[in-house]
This record gives sequence, structure tokens and C-alpha cells, in this order.
Amino acid sequence: MSWKKLPPPMVNKKYLLTSKQMASFVNKGFLRFDKIIPKKLCDEAFRELKRNPDHKWWLTNGKPFSEIWTDSVIGKVFRHPKVEGIIQSLVGPNPRYDHHFPHRIEPGKLEPQNWHADSIIDTRTKHFDIQLFFFPQDTPREMGGTLILPGSHFRRVQESEISRYHNIVGQLPIVCKAGTLFVTHHNIWHCAQPNRSRKLRFMFKLRLNPTVRQINLWNTDDLSDPEIENVLMKSHPWTGVEERIEQVLRIKLWRFLTDNQHFDSRYWLTRIENEPTTIFEYQQSGVYENKGKLN
Amino acid sequence: MSKNNTAVSSLRQKILILYSGGSALDSKIVAWSLFDATEKEKMITGDSDVPPYESVFDAMKDGWRVIQISPIQSIHPGTEYSTGYLKFEHVLEKIASTDG
Repeated sequence: MSWKKLPPPMVNKKYLLTSKQMASFVNKGFLRFDKIIPKKLCDEAFRELKRNPDHKWWLTNGKPFSEIWTDSVIGKVFRHPKVEGIIQSLVGPNPRYDHHFPHRIEPGKLEPQNWHADSIIDTRTKHFDIQLFFFPQDTPREMGGTLILPGSHFRRVQESEISRYHNIVGQLPIVCKAGTLFVTHHNIWHCAQPNRSRKLRFMFKLRLNPTVRQINLWNTDDLSDPEIENVLMKSHPWTGVEERIEQVLRIKLWRFLTDNQHFDSRYWLTRIENEPTTIFEYQQSGVYENKGKLN
Repeated sequence: MSKNNTAVSSLRQKILILYSGGSALDSKIVAWSLFDATEKEKMITGDSDVPPYESVFDAMKDGWRVIQISPIQSIHPGTEYSTGYLKFEHVLEKIASTDG
């Protein structure tokens, strides 16, 4: 299959994510951007979703995203400069459109969704897709929002096989103002919540695939900030004795994203990689002293 | 139907599933579900942020009977550093009446 070669969009560096934000994404599996879309555009999008609820929800999978919604209010939302900066930081320039779905929750719909991860079991450990959850209206708890489980993105599960679970310590209901965007790793556990209000609720979801290696795509000026390690290693309250395994998975993903195979935290990986053939190389490179930050 | 049979027919199973952070029955609960066949209680996703008990052992002290415990499983080569479903699942039951 061949793809049209398009020049990368010009994203101002000030709109790119920082390394600390990327580390938070690796830790939690999502980033939150409150009121990032202007209210006027939110109102326009809400009217459009209400008028055209299906909103052509089945488009061509795998098409360059730059060719999708070139003349629509939904396109304006996802091409807002700040959103383009987020997208480029995570999946690079010229991502592919995967699919979208306008989730319409009627007032008084009291049945929630069950916990699930989207699509099918995904064995990728490095590259990832992103899902953008756009909330065009104020979404208080009584309107539901989407419930997500921070830190669940490394878990290999098959879609709704996790539907037996009702509540998990640390689950996060998305309660937000209009124009808020959650950007998640494709594998995060989530479920729609009941709408106990008298208002119609929309959440518009868009999935994008990378077309480049996801390495150092953000603003890396703060890559040496010592706080990054703390952000990466922060524990989640539901992982129990598996927390250290989750930390290893975060270290591995950070190594890939920063193209630094020596990065480590708390000595977890350096210890088990300590084969006699590598000791000399490690000592020469100084990674013990610099926690993987090679000069 | 005798009075005795009527009493028995009103009995239903309540299933409480507790997921703990470790294999010990007194380790902290990290997730939970309830399926109540008396239909007096209905639990759904996101309806509570606090576990009903701190541990499986606490639930046992409150009269819940443990009917299944996850075995501690050997780690298969190649899966040492992968995670999936919640690991320590405990199924508990109470028998309750649909009456009253």
C-alpha cells in the first residue's frame, strides 16, 4: 500500500508536549487538557453532533489524517494548533486516521458501559496509537463522563473480558468543562458512565496511528529534568505487588521513546541486565553514575 | 408447596468478588464487584470509590464465605514482564432471602 507523501505540518514548538508531560503519559496512559478548545468552537461542534449524530462515523481506515474532515467543524477541533502539537508529540506528523465515534448518551440513560479496552488484544510494547476524547460541553459527574483507569495501558487484555470488574481503586471519572480533551494510549481501560442529568451528552472519540518511529517527537528541552524519573515511577493504588513490573514496563517504554537503552530507575533493569559481557561497556559509559543519561 | 419449601425457594446467592493487591487474604482490596440474585443491591461500574472491605479476611469476618481463590501461578518464560487481568481474585458468597 502506498501513501501520499505529505510535508509535516508546521507545529510551533511552543505547542509541543514537554518531556515531563510525556513521562506522565507513560505513567498514566493519558494526558488531560482542560478547556483547550475555545467555547465557541465547542458550541459549534455540539450543534453539528446533535444535527448529524452519526457524523459519517465510518470513514476510510488508514487514510492520512490530513485528508479527513478538511471542511468541517470537527476538523477545526482536531486541527487546533494546540491539539496538533499534542498529536505530533505523541504519534508524529502525518498520522493515519484509524476511526472515530461520536458517543451520544441520552439523558436518563442509567446503564453504564462495562470496563473494556478498545479494539482487540494488542501485543505492541513500543509503538502505540492514541485516542482523543473530546468533551464539547460541561460534563459534571451526574452526566457521567467516561471512567478511566490510570496506569492500565500496559495490561494485555482482550476487549471486554474485564467486564466482571465493577470498581477499581484509583478509577477516574472524567468530570470536566467544555472543550476538555483527554488523550490516551490506545490500550487504556475505560467505560462510559450513566447520564443522570436531563441533558444530552456527547463525547467524540478519534483514534490515530503513528507513521513514524515514536522517538523524541516532543519538545525535549527538559529531557534531563530529574523530576522526570519521579513522574515515571509514581505508583498506582490498584497494582499491588505488580507495581514493580509496571515500573519496568514504563522504563522500557521510556527507553524506546527517548532512544536511550541505558535509562533506568531504581536499578531495576540494570541489575538484571548485568551480564559479565556488558559490565565493562557500562563502566566505560558511566551509566551507573548518570542513571542512563549518556553525555 | 410446604412452608419449608417456600422459605427455601426465596433464598438466593449473593456473589462478592474481591481482588486483592497480593496473594494473602489479609492484603488490601484493589477492585470489587457484586452480583446479587435477590436483586436488592445492584452494583455498576464507577458507583463507588471505596472498597466494601479492606481485605478478604475482613469480609470473611462479616459472614461472607470464600468459595474460590486464585492460585498462585508459576511464571511462564517470556511473560515475566507482562501484566494483564487483575491477579488475585476471590469469590465470596452469602445466601440471602428475597423476602423482607
